[in-house]
Amino acid sequence: MAEEIKNFLYLNRRAPYGTIYAWESLEVVLIGAAFDQKVSLAFLDDGVFQIVKGQDTTGVDMKNFSPTYAALGDYDVNQLYVERESLEERGLTVDDLMHLTWEDEDEDWAEKDSIRVVSRAELAKIIEQQDVVFSF
Amino acid sequence: MSELHTVNKSPFEKSSFDSCVEHVLEGSAVLLYEDGVYAAIRGTAAEGKVKSAQGVKFYALGPDLKARGLSGERVTDGVEIVDYAGFVDLAAEYDKVVAWV
Repeated sequence: MAEEIKNFLYLNRRAPYGTIYAWESLEVVLIGAAFDQKVSLAFLDDGVFQIVKGQDTTGVDMKNFSPTYAALGDYDVNQLYVERESLEERGLTVDDLMHLTWEDEDEDWAEKDSIRVVSRAELAKIIEQQDVVFSF
Repeated sequence: MSELHTVNKSPFEKSSFDSCVEHVLEGSAVLLYEDGVYAAIRGTAAEGKVKSAQGVKFYALGPDLKARGLSGERVTDGVEIVDYAGFVDLAAEYDKVVAWV
């Protein structure tokens, strides 16, 4: 039986440790990916802080879940859109972010970048193209 | 695809409303509910953003306005007030819902 594959986009708009939203989003993303849907993530507003490199939570008694983002590629989640304006407003560049990659099995497991920096206008169109949008 | 965007946070406390209006495309709609209804009020800093969104229809949830003591006359021109059934109709009418929580 042919199953319908839908495009799912997860909108991440919150910083990682002040609330549970970022972690919950990751949990739901991994569950969704297990159901063979087309999953992509967008990081905008304070959500861009989720994928900043060098996170160390040893002093605040919370789990550092940032390494989980590096595992997304293994779950075929390899479309991570990051909004350029949100980075700029926060004094960040793509070099401040973790280097997240995936391996393309169709090209002899070539390593490819998962992160794509897009403009606010481009992100608006990406949102439009989705079947389902989840907000965190 | 057309979208129904929803905002339930005050535009003065959170960036949800601003982010929403910056990502909404022509032909889509924005429904303001809970504290989001404050963005529907005339004379606020949000009024200009509501008015300048080209080809975007704005709605506000009546019971949430009423609960906050906001009468229909306070609502920015062009914003349509809907009830809960109207909310459901909008959710069904558009291809998908995009929540700015």
